Amino acid sequence: MTDAVTEVIAPTGPPATAPLRSLRSLPVFSDRVFRTVCFAAGGVTVAIMLAVGVFLTARGGQALASSGPSFLWVQAWNPQEGVADSFGIAAVLFGTVTIAVIALAFSFPLAFGTALLISEVLPDGIKRAMTTIVDLMAAVPSVVFGLWGVQFLQENVIPVGQWISTYLGWIPIFSVTDADGQRLTDASAFTSSAFIAGMVVALMVLPTQTSIMREAFSQAPIGEREGALALGSTRWGMIRTVVLPFGRGGIIGGTMLGLGRALGETIAVYMIISPIFTINWEVLKTGTNSVSALIALRYGESSEFGLSALMAAGLALFLITLIINFTASSIVARSRSGAEST
Amino acid sequence: MTLIDETARRVAAEDDRTPPHGRGRTAVPVAREGVARPERRRPGKAALEDGFDVVGALLAGVSVATLLFGWIAPLSGVVGWVIVAFLVFLLAYALLVSLRSGRLAVMNRIVTVLLYSAGLTVLAVLAFVVLYTVGRGIPALSNVTFFIETMRFAGPLDPLDVGGIAHAIVGTLIQISIALAITVPLGITTAVFLNEVGGPFARFVRTVSDAMTALPSIVAGLFVYAALITLVTKERSGFAASIAITVMMLPIVIRSADVVLRLVPHQLREASYALGSSRWRTVWKVVLPTSRSGLATAVILGTARGIGETSPVLLTSGVTAEMNTNPFSGPMISLPLQVFTFVQSPEPNMVARGFGTAAVLILLVLSLFVVARLIGGRGAGVLSDGQRRRARRRSQDDLMRIVQTRTLPDYAVPASTARPQENP
Repeated sequence: MTDAVTEVIAPTGPPATAPLRSLRSLPVFSDRVFRTVCFAAGGVTVAIMLAVGVFLTARGGQALASSGPSFLWVQAWNPQEGVADSFGIAAVLFGTVTIAVIALAFSFPLAFGTALLISEVLPDGIKRAMTTIVDLMAAVPSVVFGLWGVQFLQENVIPVGQWISTYLGWIPIFSVTDADGQRLTDASAFTSSAFIAGMVVALMVLPTQTSIMREAFSQAPIGEREGALALGSTRWGMIRTVVLPFGRGGIIGGTMLGLGRALGETIAVYMIISPIFTINWEVLKTGTNSVSALIALRYGESSEFGLSALMAAGLALFLITLIINFTASSIVARSRSGAEST
Repeated sequence: MTLIDETARRVAAEDDRTPPHGRGRTAVPVAREGVARPERRRPGKAALEDGFDVVGALLAGVSVATLLFGWIAPLSGVVGWVIVAFLVFLLAYALLVSLRSGRLAVMNRIVTVLLYSAGLTVLAVLAFVVLYTVGRGIPALSNVTFFIETMRFAGPLDPLDVGGIAHAIVGTLIQISIALAITVPLGITTAVFLNEVGGPFARFVRTVSDAMTALPSIVAGLFVYAALITLVTKERSGFAASIAITVMMLPIVIRSADVVLRLVPHQLREASYALGSSRWRTVWKVVLPTSRSGLATAVILGTARGIGETSPVLLTSGVTAEMNTNPFSGPMISLPLQVFTFVQSPEPNMVARGFGTAAVLILLVLSLFVVARLIGGRGAGVLSDGQRRRARRRSQDDLMRIVQTRTLPDYAVPASTARPQENP
């Protein structure tokens, strides 16, 4: 039996000289329309968003050009064209950051605990319900939280504030004093403070933080988890050695995204605080301010130039939240890829 | 038809040959004489004593706090009581657990209790905020007029059965409809562009829209106020408010739709391309239907956010006590702004109206949320029971059509798809 041999056909005649067929497919008509529409939608989206950015920069730049760098350290807001040091964001920015930091101080432990509870402790059915509830909390309008803060939380938090200022008043930020340095104990000195505003904002940033942390925790690899448990670790030991190291990016990123939201929160802060235009270190004392509350407060009475000044403040706020958000999402994204590769 | 009957019979006969347990089953060992079978241990289940530890520590915490606040120490206030009770509870619990277990177990228990407390606090606060708002809104809500009248003839001192928020409900509906009419087509098309077309421009679009999620909503409102109201229309209107909501909602919708579209399995797209369909047909017939429930969820959750936003509306829509159904002229108030306006007043009746309006707003957002969960909650390509039934029926009909028009080798038709009773 002979082996099967492939027969080679010798070329007869000259080789075909047809040009190489291009492998690029030519889009049919519907595809061309589809691509055009898609590009147009993307273009419109970008146009809208760039319009916001460009407009803010242009109008805000007008005020910035007039005020110069003093915009960063002046503690007043009476914008007048040509008058030096008439306005600056030092005080409002300080207030914004104070409120956001207080918000984080309250929301971080709660968000961290809730995220761990959902991803590590609860059984499946309750886990899903709890996730839904946290998402639901994100959908509650901020005006409702503000209303609750003004009508209920304020009077219940004032005794706590008084207690803190009495016993921890030796820490400068917790003391409540009047202009002469005399200690104040009256309840009216504790209303509308950055402390109360921060507590309400904490509730609003909590869902964001919780859901990002929960996602990061639940991506901790199952092999390492089971390894830790098999070596005799308790649940907390497993969480400490496996889940937290893998979720570190999620913890940091989630907290920062919450910070970004806390900085931009308007209406609840506006309802609670009593606006002032000086830097107030005493967080328990009445009076603070924030950039967004400033805009809500002053936009109506503003002249053309005053509006530009508000735009400059808005632009500064936007730049800060932008930097925070991008840093946070890059941290979250990096930690995610790390968890997958192991 | 005889073809199908024949196949069915053949497959049924094959079924008889399979072993009684089915294939690949783990054999259950038969209990032998003289071998004791101990009670099965369930390590995950809490022992009875653990429950006692929690209850006992709770009792200790509550009693110590009550003692301290009632008799011994000069302390007062609900918040302080809760904090003291919680600290005493933790201490007592640690003590109780340490009676029977070592350091690691105590630590583990304490952390577990702390995690539960965080979760319960969040739950309690949310429930309390919602119930408090609805509870204080009931005096206003119990009047039918609250839903069908406007505030046109109602002053701050009027009783609650005069005046209502019909104008704000209508305003919210009009504004959110306009915003959705712009956001949904634009947002979903952009998300499709990011996922299905791609390229350097798409990456740029994604970066820009990610950046815009950082835009504080009050700045969006300020932009519309300065660009549209002071330069073009010269008056506040519902349309300006819709544009402000759009600027705020668009990045949210793009981002969540982008995430949903990314979840569509690549095999589906590749199968569609392999069958020779064009890009557009693939998107329209495969990608979008597969992610339909996810997209609906994204849109509804974006709507819930948009309805609740006060700050962009505060600057753009204007405040009115009258019904205005024309979004292009005159101020048009919406629910969140109405809440804000009501509670600025010192009159208790106005504050009660504010709570009533807030309750309406919360219930609206809650119902949107429930709808979103009912529609969504399934991953891309995961069908509901009804959808699965319909898909199976379609594919059976296709099979019947193919069987009747062509002569196939008889092994091509599995018995499970045979529906002889429907044959002509």
